[in-house]
Amino acid sequence: MPKVKVDGVELEVPAGATVLQACEMAGKEIPRFCYHERLSIAGNCRMCLVEVKPGPPKPQASCALPAAEGQEIRTDSEMVKKAREGVMEFLLINHPLDCPICDQGGECDLQDQSVAYGRGSSRYHEHKRAVTEKYMGPLIKTVMTRCIQCTRCVRFSEEITGVDEIGALYRGENMQISTYLEKASTHELSANVIDLCPVGALTSRPYAFEARPWELKKTISIDVSDAVGSNIRVDARGREAMRILPRVNDDVNEEWLSDKGRYMVDGLSKRRLDRPFIRLDGKLKAVSWDEALAAVAKIAPGNSIAAVAGDLVDVETMYAAKKLLSGLGSSVLEGRQTGLAYNTANLAAVNFNSGLAGIESADAILIVGSHVRWEAAVLNARLRKAVKHGAKVFIIGPEWATTYPAEFLGSDASVLNALPAHVWSALQGAKRPALIIGGAGLAKGALEAGLAISEQLGLVRTLEDGSVWNGFNVLHMAASRMGGLVLGYAQKGGINDVAAAKPKLLLSLGADEVDYAKFADSMIVYVGHHGDKGAHAADVILPASAFTEKAGIYVNTEGRVQFAEKAVFAPGDAREDWAILRAIAQVLNVNVGFDSFDELRSALFAEYPALLVDGGLIDFGPLPTGVSGSAAGEIAYPIKDFYLTNPIARASETLARCSAELLHGSQPQAEAAE
Amino acid sequence: MSVAHLIKSFTLWEFVKAHALTLKYFFKEKATINYPYEKNPLSPRFRGEHALRRYPNGEERCIACKLCEAICPAQAITIEAEPRDDGSRRTTRYDIDMTKCIFCGFCQEACPVDAVVEGPNFEYATETRAELLYDKNKLLANGDKWERAIAANLEADAPYR
Repeated sequence: MPKVKVDGVELEVPAGATVLQACEMAGKEIPRFCYHERLSIAGNCRMCLVEVKPGPPKPQASCALPAAEGQEIRTDSEMVKKAREGVMEFLLINHPLDCPICDQGGECDLQDQSVAYGRGSSRYHEHKRAVTEKYMGPLIKTVMTRCIQCTRCVRFSEEITGVDEIGALYRGENMQISTYLEKASTHELSANVIDLCPVGALTSRPYAFEARPWELKKTISIDVSDAVGSNIRVDARGREAMRILPRVNDDVNEEWLSDKGRYMVDGLSKRRLDRPFIRLDGKLKAVSWDEALAAVAKIAPGNSIAAVAGDLVDVETMYAAKKLLSGLGSSVLEGRQTGLAYNTANLAAVNFNSGLAGIESADAILIVGSHVRWEAAVLNARLRKAVKHGAKVFIIGPEWATTYPAEFLGSDASVLNALPAHVWSALQGAKRPALIIGGAGLAKGALEAGLAISEQLGLVRTLEDGSVWNGFNVLHMAASRMGGLVLGYAQKGGINDVAAAKPKLLLSLGADEVDYAKFADSMIVYVGHHGDKGAHAADVILPASAFTEKAGIYVNTEGRVQFAEKAVFAPGDAREDWAILRAIAQVLNVNVGFDSFDELRSALFAEYPALLVDGGLIDFGPLPTGVSGSAAGEIAYPIKDFYLTNPIARASETLARCSAELLHGSQPQAEAAE
Repeated sequence: MSVAHLIKSFTLWEFVKAHALTLKYFFKEKATINYPYEKNPLSPRFRGEHALRRYPNGEERCIACKLCEAICPAQAITIEAEPRDDGSRRTTRYDIDMTKCIFCGFCQEACPVDAVVEGPNFEYATETRAELLYDKNKLLANGDKWERAIAANLEADAPYR
């Protein structure tokens, strides 16, 4: 633990810290462009210069200099001020200063830091360099003349995503950042380079010129495109959500967000259900709320009612529906739309027990039936980190392009019953072995087989330092899944049990993946926000709110409770989900015990106290023991198209373009020269 | 009562003095002008009706940077933007609510390309309120109409900026 002096204040810094980190600890702001906490150190922007004694009599790049015992660091001396002004002047030599037409304007590091640390005027009168634009796909817009060659995007592509898509060409002043042969950037996390870029060289293509940062109302929310529950910020102008950006949460998504979560925002304003419909003579007809609710009342289901929760709904909605059903005397609730029917008696067995952050420290990982890149892109970056720390990864399932070395053991789930000897010994010899079972694995009975292996290998163990390691993980794909399971949205036989119950009224809470042919005899009341599969099958459509339009609680795949806030109002006549369910309860003469959202939440928290803590993990207790079973069957991943997995994404033009171009190889749309 | 006062009273001196003043102004130049046939001179800095200017080649100057919208203390300006077909940054909507505007001139100060200006025109009274909600077409038309006067004013004021 070296002791250093920063501007005369002595402090102790952890061993291995850099001078820049020491200055931050002392509360001093160090300007920087190339340095980023989650990327390797490059030291090429030179903006973080400080004066360090002992050392050469010149300013030194603090990001790349280790803090050492007895160093005297100055961040406020005349030398440092002059050095920063000089570096800033050099950076601005080739920067076009086109801030008025740049989308980064107002949230630009270069803009801010040139105001704070620059000279205020330029002495450069020669010609500036210009760089041709590089095509980087449908999500990233490039204006490469603005680039200051910090290489954050290059390092992100190499280190975090693990696909070498972005690199630098030529040297010195002629250096240019480009994708390989100007191909589109295809990785699921590719758009994060937009946030990383400290200037306006890489900006968001769909969001181009749409809004300025100062016009936007920022609301914290939770991403619903997968079960990771990435922390996001919804930026809205007026009644429209303009963009989604990730928030930093080291326990969940670090500071990344999958492209789907980021760009499905334009789907929120397309194909929306903005007024109630009822089906008359086989055709949907727009009606008023009173008429629609009267139609629901006319069904008069008694206790022959069932509810299916979609992938995007929040806990409150499911709770309100559960209360409605229990008021009518039914408990036929299901959330696993595609027919999964794994045992949910012990929720610890279907939880991501290692934790999203914890999996980084695993040293041998067996993945059963999960296309992690598509099912949880952010988690895949974590797995890559684990591999970089030395973990071995084995995968049972059809091959997919991993971004780290991994061994595929075959696509038949039965491999799990008798693991190859080298896999077994790798797991056995590991300090922190982990098993990840995905949705495709659960469909083939991998849960029981996995639990049996977990017991044999002792995946739950107390480590030398006294902490408990639980290496048994189930990776879900739906944002609503864990919340639904907590509330009891699971029948023994899955959705088939619901169909077998032949409910008179099927309440579909935004369920768009269900095979509605099974419910031909039921009246289907669809409470959802997009005109997707569920709305096509519905007899009554009650327009509801999407995730940005209501406050809600989401439980992610590791059992983390996270609260989202309401960013905008729902369009047209659409209402919030809980209010719709309350209105249905009214017309069906059921007392659900709440009249307002606050009362609903109080009742929810009284019944499920674990949901009360924002950011807290639910404790599901120990794993079941003595489970045995065998997995069998060819594993088939449920996601066929990463960009189009939910109704919001399917309504999004941007993601449709991504799907066509990045996955199905259609030619990029011709871009006009700027 | 003094003698001087008596004399002034009997000669109706104040009456004569008042008439002399009247007569003096009768022959002096008039202070009023025959508006609208005559007009007072305006400073080149006069802040009248808004206009959006174009470049000499006909291209609109406004690049949708939204700085005028941000600076406007009365929040009279509303802008929406998107890439034009050639990829350049342009407004799809540029509205000024002239009933909100307080004619402070911040918008033209903020404009990096001299696109939005407050021209010399002050005679734009309308019969309805709605006519005072200017849209982009109206503002560009203003610019086309007043370009010569605006350009002359900007040039006259340039040495002092």
